[in-house]
Amino acid sequence: MDKMRLLFSKTGRAVYISHLDLMRTLTRAFLRADCRLKYSEGFNPHPNISIALPLSVGAESVCEIMEFKLIEEKSPDEILSALKSQLPEGIEALHVYESERKVKELKWIKICGVFEYDNTDAEKMANKLNEFYSAESIVISKKTKRGIADSDIKPAIKQIEFEAKGNDVLVSAIISAQEPTLNPELLCDAVRQLKPEFAPDFAKFKRLEVFDAQMEVFR
Amino acid sequence: MDKRLERILPKVQKPARYTGGEYNQIIKNKDEVDLRVAFCFPDTYEIGMSNLGMGILYATMNELPYVWCERVFAPWGDMYEQMKKEDIKLYALESGDSINEHDVIAFSIGYEMAYTTVLDMLDMAGVPIHSNERTELLPLVIAGGTAALNPEPMADFIDIFLLGEGEEMNNELLELLHEAKLNSWSKEQFLQKASKIGGVLVPSFYEPVYNDDFTIKEFNVAEGAPERVTKRIITDLDKVHFPLNPIVPSTEVIHDRVNLELFRGCVRGCRFCQAGHTYRPIRAKSPELLVEQGKALLKNTGCQDITLLSLSSSDYRELSCLCDGLLDYCEPRSIGLSLPSLRADNFSIEIMHRIQKTRKSGLTFAPEAGSQRLRDAINKNVTEEDLLNTCRLAFEGGWNNVKLYFMLGLPTETDEDILGIAELANQVLHTWRLYATNKNRGVRITVSTSCFVPKPHSPFQWECQNTMDEYIRKVNLLRESIKAKNVVYNWHDPQTSYIEATLSRGDRRMGKVIENVWRSGGRLQAWSDYFDFDKWMKAFEDAGVDPSFYAHRPRSRDEVMPWAMVDVGVREEHLWHEREQCYKSELSPDCRKQCSACGAAKLLKGGRCDG
Repeated sequence: MDKMRLLFSKTGRAVYISHLDLMRTLTRAFLRADCRLKYSEGFNPHPNISIALPLSVGAESVCEIMEFKLIEEKSPDEILSALKSQLPEGIEALHVYESERKVKELKWIKICGVFEYDNTDAEKMANKLNEFYSAESIVISKKTKRGIADSDIKPAIKQIEFEAKGNDVLVSAIISAQEPTLNPELLCDAVRQLKPEFAPDFAKFKRLEVFDAQMEVFR
Repeated sequence: MDKRLERILPKVQKPARYTGGEYNQIIKNKDEVDLRVAFCFPDTYEIGMSNLGMGILYATMNELPYVWCERVFAPWGDMYEQMKKEDIKLYALESGDSINEHDVIAFSIGYEMAYTTVLDMLDMAGVPIHSNERTELLPLVIAGGTAALNPEPMADFIDIFLLGEGEEMNNELLELLHEAKLNSWSKEQFLQKASKIGGVLVPSFYEPVYNDDFTIKEFNVAEGAPERVTKRIITDLDKVHFPLNPIVPSTEVIHDRVNLELFRGCVRGCRFCQAGHTYRPIRAKSPELLVEQGKALLKNTGCQDITLLSLSSSDYRELSCLCDGLLDYCEPRSIGLSLPSLRADNFSIEIMHRIQKTRKSGLTFAPEAGSQRLRDAINKNVTEEDLLNTCRLAFEGGWNNVKLYFMLGLPTETDEDILGIAELANQVLHTWRLYATNKNRGVRITVSTSCFVPKPHSPFQWECQNTMDEYIRKVNLLRESIKAKNVVYNWHDPQTSYIEATLSRGDRRMGKVIENVWRSGGRLQAWSDYFDFDKWMKAFEDAGVDPSFYAHRPRSRDEVMPWAMVDVGVREEHLWHEREQCYKSELSPDCRKQCSACGAAKLLKGGRCDG
């Protein structure tokens, strides 16, 4: 059977499930749904599944993509309806489909987020953050495999906008998904490093949609 | 979700263990239930979610339509710090509500080192730790599990102990509490009526009177309370409610698999073993039902592993046909079947061959003692010949890793018995040299020793534990006599065993010690990360209690034990007889060869013990 994809969301309490735990959780959901995944050959067989862009613990998403193969013929709709009742709270199966596109064609992610401030005028802060992110380049130090290195995150931000809502500042942005990968947490880290007085007391993010290089929705 | 919680969860290790929301969790509408139960396991999520008993009782309590039972676990240190800092009370996973809003706070206590965590969980919920400080009926604090079979050390903190198997008893108690809540009974009124339910023990109804030397003179039993409380059992395991939709954790737990219980009780009668005596009489489930339940559990959880649980799997009469039935389902689906607690005999290795087709990594045996003389004295019915034959078959079959477990400090032990451990390890190595099919991979023989802890309700309940110095002397003796490079020797530290010995046969005076340790910050004491021996020593000193009194003092036949009011079925005369057999180094036949009339069969009320 061909490679198939599952589009799913991960919200609410499920955001604390780590990437590895999520793989196991989904594997078990497939087995409960009587959809038998294709296993790798070899000494210690494991299901051949992959999730396109691992999501940080604590972040929500409504556009997660998992690739899998079944050992028996089943229609996408059959798989979707079987899966729907087998998932833990906060994980929802949205769509099952066949796909030929390569995951590396996935280029941009639209995200939204909340910067929470306990003692600040949100209106003023939103303006300051918009100003901060309008700079030509934003160089921050990042932990890499080879130690700490300076890196300009600005080219990885296609679009970003802050606006006040109540005591919080909402952010919406389109950021690079791969090559380079920009973890949304870095939007917060950048402020912490360069303008500590703008740093939020807490921030959280949500993935809304994924796109290819031409800004067409990626599936 | 609570805003404060949302902020701290990203900061702690493995946050998924603090959120609930797993597949198969039971959610009810809190406005539509009359009784809310916070079912607490005084250890981490990973340990508690691996506990079959907890899974069973969670489901049976939730069978009552007016009850919502939720799970609560003890947070790891990082989460504990954060919760304290943000003033977040201990909450139940399903609803996220603080457990001081619940009507019943129920603990499953499987081991003594969890005692201080029980106090900590009550305190984290803002509930007073002492039973007599909680004057209202609710919240009612109850506890069951193996540790409840000596209720005295925790008597000051727990309102009601439940002895034995809980499937029926818990719900009978909840039914009475339901009536009590609707009719606004006082706590005293409720406790009086509850003490009439079989298996229910109200510790405040048993007041210990001590002799001058702090041994117990007698218990003053409150009017209307039974002289002794008999533990409850389930007579027919095929008929009792068994949940086929267990919760599937979304994060990795210790035993991440389907657990299938074969039988309760044990036919063996090893004299050091508490479980072997307290879980009697022997009652098995039928193989047909087990195969059916095993399949349903695998289907309903999506787990890729299943394990067969019991105190001694080889003693399940239909083990072979059960394995065949399960393998028919498991093999085509790449589901692993594992079988712990096998005896070292030929039959076991045949079974192992059948179920373990791929990875043949390790085999574990527990000869417990090094010489035949001492194995006979403790009634561990394994001969050196059995063990070496089994190893031979294992080595021929491709296994190359054997673990051997022993105890040091068993009654009647001599240095000769200890040297026997090294000798036995050498014999196993020799067997490998003679019979291994693939010598290139080498062999690894691991010898582990722990310090024997005498337990209540076992034939060794009158015995003393070795001092820590004596244990260390024995460890060194053994260490020097193990010379082979392929034999690795590990020994457990004696400090935890010493504390365990004081708690397991402790009396009510131990309550102050437990409280002192908790007040000095000692929680999760079963974890080496947190175990703090100095805290315990200081706690004993401050309480004016001598730990040696509990651990190192031999008891006389007629001493009144702290658990005198607990009847587990097995008669004390039987236990004493078994102790005397030990001093004669004589074996007793297992239950299948000859019934020893231990007394446990009376619990079946005319039913047949499967011994």
